[in-house]
Amino acid sequence: MTLLLAILAPFLGAVLIAWNRRRGRLRFAVKAGIATLAALACLGPDIPGPFVGETLVWRLPWVPSLGLDLALRLDGLGLLFALMILGIGLLVILYARYYLSPQDDMGRFYASLLFFMGAMLGVVLAENVLLLLLFWELTSLSSFLLISFWQGRSDARTGARMALTVTGAGGLALLGGLLLLGHIAGSFELSVILTSGDAIRAHPWYLPTLVLILLGAFTKSAQFPFHFWLPNAMAAPTPVSAYLHSATMVKAGVFLLARLFPALSGTPEWSWLVGGAGLVTLLVGAFIALFQHDLKGLLAYSTISHLGLITLLFGIGTPLAAVAGVFHIINHATFKASLFMAAGIIDHETGTRDMRRINGLWRWMPYTGALAMVAAAAMAGVPLFNGFLSKEMFFAETVGAASLTRHGWALPAAVTLAGVFAVAYSLRFIHDVFFNGDPIDLPKTPHEPPHWMKVPVEVLVAVCLLVGVFPALTVEPILAVAAQGVLQGPVPPHDLALWHGFSPALWMSVIALIGGVLLYTGRKPLFALSSTWGGRWSARAVYDVALATLFALARWVTRALDSGSLRRMLALFTSFALVLGYGGFLVVPAGGAGGGGLTGPLRLFPAEPGDLAVALAGTLILLAAAFAAVVLHRRRLVAVILLGAVGLLVALAFVTLSAPDLALTQLSVEVVTVILLLLALYFMPQQDPVEPVRRWGWLRRARDLTLAGAAGLGVGGLAWGVLTRPFESMGPYFIANSVPKGGGANVVNVILVDFRGFDTLGEITVLALAALGVSAMLSGLHLYGPRYDAAGRPWEPDPHPAIMALLTRLLLPLALTVAVFVLLRGHNLPGGGFIAGLITAVALIMQYLANGVAWTRARLPGDLNPVIAAGLLLAAGTGLASVALGYPFLSSTFGHWHLPVLGDLELASAMAFDLGVYLVVVGATLVILVGLGLVCTLDDGEDRR
Amino acid sequence: MEALISVVIGVLTALGVWLVLRERTFPVVLGLTVLSYAVNLFLFAMGRLALGQPPVIANGARGYADPLPQALVLTAIVIGFAMTAFVIVLALKARAELRDDRVDAEADGPGEPGEEQP
Repeated sequence: MTLLLAILAPFLGAVLIAWNRRRGRLRFAVKAGIATLAALACLGPDIPGPFVGETLVWRLPWVPSLGLDLALRLDGLGLLFALMILGIGLLVILYARYYLSPQDDMGRFYASLLFFMGAMLGVVLAENVLLLLLFWELTSLSSFLLISFWQGRSDARTGARMALTVTGAGGLALLGGLLLLGHIAGSFELSVILTSGDAIRAHPWYLPTLVLILLGAFTKSAQFPFHFWLPNAMAAPTPVSAYLHSATMVKAGVFLLARLFPALSGTPEWSWLVGGAGLVTLLVGAFIALFQHDLKGLLAYSTISHLGLITLLFGIGTPLAAVAGVFHIINHATFKASLFMAAGIIDHETGTRDMRRINGLWRWMPYTGALAMVAAAAMAGVPLFNGFLSKEMFFAETVGAASLTRHGWALPAAVTLAGVFAVAYSLRFIHDVFFNGDPIDLPKTPHEPPHWMKVPVEVLVAVCLLVGVFPALTVEPILAVAAQGVLQGPVPPHDLALWHGFSPALWMSVIALIGGVLLYTGRKPLFALSSTWGGRWSARAVYDVALATLFALARWVTRALDSGSLRRMLALFTSFALVLGYGGFLVVPAGGAGGGGLTGPLRLFPAEPGDLAVALAGTLILLAAAFAAVVLHRRRLVAVILLGAVGLLVALAFVTLSAPDLALTQLSVEVVTVILLLLALYFMPQQDPVEPVRRWGWLRRARDLTLAGAAGLGVGGLAWGVLTRPFESMGPYFIANSVPKGGGANVVNVILVDFRGFDTLGEITVLALAALGVSAMLSGLHLYGPRYDAAGRPWEPDPHPAIMALLTRLLLPLALTVAVFVLLRGHNLPGGGFIAGLITAVALIMQYLANGVAWTRARLPGDLNPVIAAGLLLAAGTGLASVALGYPFLSSTFGHWHLPVLGDLELASAMAFDLGVYLVVVGATLVILVGLGLVCTLDDGEDRR
Repeated sequence: MEALISVVIGVLTALGVWLVLRERTFPVVLGLTVLSYAVNLFLFAMGRLALGQPPVIANGARGYADPLPQALVLTAIVIGFAMTAFVIVLALKARAELRDDRVDAEADGPGEPGEEQP
């Protein structure tokens, strides 16, 4: 539980800071610091556990069906990382307070930083690998926010986007890898995965799993050839770089290697892939770093190089190499964070990061210079500093690995070369900046930074020194416990001491130091060389080309499919549906379910000859009307009327086929649809204009005809095929339970308001949205209605015929009574909210039609949106009320009441829900129709009503 | 009976598809309406056909038609109306702003001179 709180603390802090963003700089820093300390405090009680060999696992079932638990674990490895994340995070928070200027949005900065911190903690403390992945993606997202903090700068945006693209793509690969891993191990829990290493390595899917997981780790840890995002991420504010590129973001990749070390390592594939990538990255990073003129660029490439070193150590795969890897993780975090902070101080106080201009700062900033020297010496691997110890272990491991293969000598030689470069670039960082003549054209006169800005650097540098001089006293306990966490077993004996005798590793260190100094002295011709051919080729260029190609491809596909022609899209869409549909006919197995062929074995529905004759007549009329509507569709008014006839016949079909509710609904919807179409038609040409003859017009008509015919045949055939086959329905369940469980005899209504009430809630929401959409589109729309129809006859000589006006007014109370009646009886007899709502809407619309808008609006509430809202709230509130009473959402209850006159009335809570449906239907229908009626202006500008 | 309903569904589908593929907005809206008749009938028929057996619990009923497709189709009818309304208002808006009631952007000019509004 405390583990969860530790992860939540930074997230909560982020929310709190984002909540009130306009406050002083100090207050944000203090809040962020408090959140970090709170996380540390939550972690505190659990810290002793790993030291006595315990692995703390805490879990809360989350989506058990997916094997996804909210499961956290704390072992040595997680503890080490959590302490680094929080400890260095605290220092960065302090540092950033002085680094950022008052113009920067401090609230956003600290909120993003804490967000990132929480995500990192989640990665290192996750027990479930899917949870780990979730936090992994969160680190990608939050680092995007941090890198792009100065949103106004295009390099910040580019760098952030690049980091997100590369790490996001890696995250996708990692998802695949972890899913495979979980499948192989039979669980997504690390406790299981870490103990089933043998099964995983022997599995045929081992290689794809390994490759996918490594893709995730390598992109995150900026391993070659994915390293290019890291230098571009240097556009971030320096505190961000100090945090992301020392202890956290890029370390997530090596953390993953360490985490899954027991499960995946120990195979030739692992050694070649991990070791190979590490070695190449180590060399490439060290080489390029020397030629960077940007302070942070140098540090970025050196970070890449050191990450390669750690990866190589894990790739070597021996337990001792893993210990060395963990040790170097700690050391690199300390010296690199302090170097970034020092670079930030220099940038802050001189206004530039270009090492060709920054020279001789020792005169102005001796204290900062001394701090930077210690950190740089640690980076170079000079004795007495922590980097030396882990580097010597590293050298020793490569010598050990070299003895195993024939051309093994190449490995120590290569890493010694990388060591030479490391010494050279470390030397450059110090000599070029603090000595080497006078500064050239600095934007500011440099001076020492404020005291508190140096404190974080002091702390880190002190750690570098203490670990370097007294390793056994300082770092040994946490190193041992973390290594135990990596290996999930006993830690091999290792001797953290300054002096190991004249071992090969010592000679390699000596060669690296001497070679590095020599290389730096001869740097001038090398720099000249690099400025002529450097930068010609880079992984960045490959990335840019790949991205541009991807975009071009996407645009091409979009253009190929979407030419901006609705007809073409619809034709394509229909064709595709036809291919799928007819494909379905083809694969019906002969003699399979229900027999082969189109016609199934089911006995046909027995019909009396009389019924059949009526049905046949109705069908013929329906088809004739529909055909006529289509043939005459150019005469739009006729088409609308014919379509109304089709709708009425469909309603009749529903009556005949035992669906009274549907018939009622269809009938009332038909009325409002016809009114709607007529209203709309008023603003449109009354006839389809004659189209100009096009060259390929006949072809298009032939295509449409074919599509329409094929669609009709297909759907009709499908209906026939289904209707002649037996089936099982859920229907009997509803019929059996409608009265006992829903308290209503009208099963359709009970389904709507009770069994499937949630669906209905969604459907009335759609209705409300459609009405809102319509009223949004109508607002500000001015339509001009013509005074004369196409034949030159004036529209409506008498706008409001007296008889009709009188009749509708008389009918209104009757219609409303009917509506209430239909609403009330809906639970037991055909009716209900939908139908009652439509009847009410029709009755009210009639008033508008017969008496005019002005007359009606004076007597009815004008704004109907509140009615819709009230309906939705009532329906949702009914559902919530059952939650409040401890039942699932939208449970209903019912009871019988005896009312005078009305008789025995059954009141179900579902009735309130139905009332909500009713209100939404009334509101939505009226909003649409009245709204359409109101937009009209006559063509001479005179208001017609 | 099954044959009749299948024919009706098939013909309505064909007519609807034909109308939807027309060039002006109004026939397209009509086509959508016709298509929704077809789709509603199809969904309804999936519960099989029954004469005189409404799904209202009563003593002495011979049997009950399948209520579930009916419930689905009932809301579909109402939503179909909302959709028709939305599309037709969209068509009006497009006509008001583009001075044209064709559905395609590829149309090679504004509407006919005769139907231009002042």
